[in-house]
Amino acid sequence: MGTGAGGERSPSVSSMLTINNIEVVYDKVILVLKGVSIDVRAGAITTLLGANGAGKTTTLKAISGVLRSERGEVTKGTIQLGEKRIDGMRAHDVARLGLVQVFEGRRVFEQLTCEENLIAGGHVHRDGAVVRQGIDMVYSYFPRLKERRHQQSGYLSGGEQQMLAIGRALMSRPQVVLLDEPSLGLAPMLVEEIFGIVQRLVQQEKLSVLLVEQNATLALAVAEHGYVMENGRIVLEGSAQKLIENSDIKEFYLGLNEGGSRKSYRDTKHYKRRKRWLS
Amino acid sequence: MSGEDLGFLFALLLNGTSIGFMYSLIALGFVLVYKATDAINFAQGEFVMMAGLIAAAILGIEGMPLIAAIIATLAIMIAFGFGFERIVLRPLLGRPVVAVIMATIGLAAVLRGLTPVIFGGETRALSLPIGDEPINIGPASLSPIQLVGIVVTVLFFAGFSWFFKKSRKGVAMRAVADNQQVAQAMGINVERYFALAWAMAGIVSAVGGIVWGSMLGVDVHLALVGLKVFPVVILGGLDSIGGALLGGLIIGIVESLVAGYVDPYVGGGTKDFVPYVLMIVVLMIKPYGIFGKRRIERV
Repeated sequence: MGTGAGGERSPSVSSMLTINNIEVVYDKVILVLKGVSIDVRAGAITTLLGANGAGKTTTLKAISGVLRSERGEVTKGTIQLGEKRIDGMRAHDVARLGLVQVFEGRRVFEQLTCEENLIAGGHVHRDGAVVRQGIDMVYSYFPRLKERRHQQSGYLSGGEQQMLAIGRALMSRPQVVLLDEPSLGLAPMLVEEIFGIVQRLVQQEKLSVLLVEQNATLALAVAEHGYVMENGRIVLEGSAQKLIENSDIKEFYLGLNEGGSRKSYRDTKHYKRRKRWLS
Repeated sequence: MSGEDLGFLFALLLNGTSIGFMYSLIALGFVLVYKATDAINFAQGEFVMMAGLIAAAILGIEGMPLIAAIIATLAIMIAFGFGFERIVLRPLLGRPVVAVIMATIGLAAVLRGLTPVIFGGETRALSLPIGDEPINIGPASLSPIQLVGIVVTVLFFAGFSWFFKKSRKGVAMRAVADNQQVAQAMGINVERYFALAWAMAGIVSAVGGIVWGSMLGVDVHLALVGLKVFPVVILGGLDSIGGALLGGLIIGIVESLVAGYVDPYVGGGTKDFVPYVLMIVVLMIKPYGIFGKRRIERV
């Protein structure tokens, strides 16, 4: 993960995806997101950090539109992709506009072969030639998938499935990719490999990525800008560099104390329970 | 075994095969819906019955050419499959699978009750102008309609196998069956594929109804062939097209054999329950069927 924080890249101000003060309600009563605003900058990785149950995945689902199939609803605020409002649109229409979500826990089409997964990912394109080009492009980033192309994807290893999930998302030639915990359950070496490829994709394919991660060290190393979420709200926002230096982030997400040395989990645990970002 | 015995066996096998192909065709309608939408269609037999009745009614109109009647039946059944999905099943999207199953059971009852009201209760003949001169094959013979059934079934199976394996729409349909939410996020309009699956079930039922109807005549009892779908698909695997073909053939042949060899000793009726015995045995030893896809579990 060569580059340090966002410092080396020129910070682009133009935003590709703007989430403006959205509220999400499940089953018409359960308020899950309470006024979340996020800017996803064009051609860079923006990260969304937070503990389990903070609302990160819900935010992604609200953006991609799959929330509706879970009886969730965006009740307030707007979501804009470029110039276009996409809140309230159906998931398959959002995908057509160039925004695609890579789900947590990989979720490949297990019964389909590797290549069939990619074909399904390219469904938005009518032209078969575009799909074939897309497959070649994905194989060039993930050569391992090419070796496995005719294998049933349910039997691929975890790392290969994550690569397939990302490759499948690329098949629609998106502008924005929502990446939900790509490091989940993978060996550190594989995680490093996958994050490296994601960085290359951002640079070479001009992708804008919203990356949800629990592994804050990892996410802040590749991201330009970051948000911290707690209990359905954004509680902290800043450039990746600033967030890395923030003492609260250090303490809660990176597990370091003021001096920079590693803190025992036992010491943080008690404190963490009482401390809240906003109280 | 004497020559006569062998001839008898051959005749049973031939007859069983031809009936088996017909079972496969009807099971195909069931498998198409299950494959794409994960719904179990308990009204498959009623679909076939309805198609048979409609075809008979249209052919009964004076001067109606056969081809027009077939096209009209196909069109009505496609529209019916479409409409059922749109009006009844779509509001159930995202609900437990049981809701859909209950809806199809309800539809089955409605169709069984309503069709005699519309088409009358008597058995109608559905005669295709293909003659009834039996075609001799060795010591046994097949009627022309049985031959038509076999050919049509083989064509349909080849067509749908190609569709699911090679065409992009077919791959997308399997993706929908695999994971609806992810398929949506990939830009696949899930509802459209559900409708397509039901329309395809309508097509298969229309053809099944016409062929079965012209073998047996059409009335409400034609729906009973739907019951045979279950042993067939359990044997072959609920989501396997090849399995539906093989399962149909096995059930057809087994039925024919027990009817020929066992019935004379017990006074008949064995062929009506032996397929289900087979089904239970298969469930015990191979719960996913012969070709069924096993759900992949990771630990």
